Amino acid sequence: MSKILEASRAGALAAPARRPFGLAAFIERESIFSWLMLTPPVLFLLLFLGYPFFYGVYLSFFHKEVARDATFVGFGNFVKLYNDPIFWQSVRNTIIFTGVATILKASGGLAMALVMNQDFRMKAVTRAMLLLPFIVPTVLSTVAWQWILDPGMGLFNRLLVVSGLATTGPSWLGTPTMAMISIIMVNTWRGLPFFGISILAGLQTIPVELHESATIDGAGTWGRFRYVTLPSMLPVIFIVTTFSIVITFFDFQLVYVLTGGGPANSTHLMATYAYSLSMGAGQMGLGSAVALSMVPVLGLLLVLLTLYVRKD
Amino acid sequence: MVGELTWRKRLFGLWLPLLAFVVIALFPFTWMAATSLKTNAELYNPKASPLSIQHPSLVHYIDLLTETNFLTWVANTMLVAGVATFISLLLGTMLAYPLARMQFRGAPLLAIAVAVTYLIPQTLLFVPMADLIGKMKLGNTLSAVILTYPTLLVPFIAWLLMGYFKTVPKELEEQALIDGASRWRAMTRIILPLCLPGFLSAGIFAFTLSQNEFLYALLFLSKSSVRTVPIGVVGELIRGDAFYWGQLMAGALLGSIPVALIYSFFVKYYVAGLTAGAVKG
Repeated sequence: MSKILEASRAGALAAPARRPFGLAAFIERESIFSWLMLTPPVLFLLLFLGYPFFYGVYLSFFHKEVARDATFVGFGNFVKLYNDPIFWQSVRNTIIFTGVATILKASGGLAMALVMNQDFRMKAVTRAMLLLPFIVPTVLSTVAWQWILDPGMGLFNRLLVVSGLATTGPSWLGTPTMAMISIIMVNTWRGLPFFGISILAGLQTIPVELHESATIDGAGTWGRFRYVTLPSMLPVIFIVTTFSIVITFFDFQLVYVLTGGGPANSTHLMATYAYSLSMGAGQMGLGSAVALSMVPVLGLLLVLLTLYVRKD
Repeated sequence: MVGELTWRKRLFGLWLPLLAFVVIALFPFTWMAATSLKTNAELYNPKASPLSIQHPSLVHYIDLLTETNFLTWVANTMLVAGVATFISLLLGTMLAYPLARMQFRGAPLLAIAVAVTYLIPQTLLFVPMADLIGKMKLGNTLSAVILTYPTLLVPFIAWLLMGYFKTVPKELEEQALIDGASRWRAMTRIILPLCLPGFLSAGIFAFTLSQNEFLYALLFLSKSSVRTVPIGVVGELIRGDAFYWGQLMAGALLGSIPVALIYSFFVKYYVAGLTAGAVKG
């Protein structure tokens, strides 16, 4: 038995030496094999992501209108934006939209996860139902929300009138403040399950012993939540929140469909404002400048999040 | 006494909050369904109850299927999402495999470059991308979005797959190499088959994201016959300022069903993909 093993081991050790030299051996080298694999995706990303990115950055330093040649204006576009109240409105809106929606989704998602982290029948089905808002195409659910929020015949105002709470409901998308509240509400509705289900998966990895020993030490429900659940959940919540901030920050379709940036530009996010400058007004250089300005603002939000978590 | 306490705890700690979450998640879909089944006369009658249906009718569905290209949009969406997902999985694997399992020069730099692409706004890319698509004469073809969607998907897929690829022990691969297998053979016969759940997670994720994509489809697909569901619904069922809510809701519901069905089969893998980063990272 041991002889056979030894023989096979010897054979195995000898195998590399028997391999053909030349091209085959060359390909077997780790770095060569790696780069052979990497070349197609890297070329693809350079062409369809790298080139548009650098071209976009380049455009933001030019005055460029549709079907016209570009003229170099240096920082001209950024100076123009600096003096543009709608641009600053869109920056403010983006920060408020991202910030408030993220806080609502994180706290609501934590609550959802804690409720779901109990034993009950039909748990799998419930989880699937709760995830539905997140998987259905955004545009389709947003169109449904537009109808729910319709001032005359929409569900919300019909219910308000039928129940006698109001004679006419508010104009959900008609005034600047209500429209901001509405887009934050719809984004929260859509993103809540992402937090809830991710945090739930994290909760299930907390060892039961931790809770048991905390109970023995005299911790109540709140104490166990504050000193066991929350600290062990922080890394998960941090990663999910980072993800969500990036997705929410870049959200385009929700505002495009629900308000189109209105009323009177009051709900423009930086993404929709960049689009409307480029496509609506045909100012492609200026639109690119708005889009490029998104990068430092997003960076700032992510730094704030990191600092907040560090402090904790 | 104790029984009563647990009963109350169950009611306020589980059933009532759970009911609230389910109602919040589902009522827009119920409202879609109710609207799509009412005739216009009932829909716009302020005296009719908003929640019940007096005279159920399929008129909006019939109009949707006969007067618009809705079925073509559904077919386009499936085709685009399917092919874009396949391309993205292929390219994502080629990117993730060496990054996760091999040592080569430039690896850290490449990993950072892939991660940083998350932070590039799509609104910065779309003007140059439209230019590129125009130069390749792909405007108003499904190829335009099939080629551009992977730019949104590949970095994400690569990142997700790297997590799975790293979990396969290095010894398995070394043993195969010692036994005389080539690196290619070790990868395709041993490592990749072990990562099947990772491919399902990444695939279902990429498929959902492709179905959901809006901006590139809006820019590159203006002809009705090449549109995807989101663009078709917004571009053609909303005519000017007039909203045909019955037909819109029928379209929104029918458009949601394929994704909901596919996902209900793979929900396990979807959740795994959702939480891969959160739990593993």
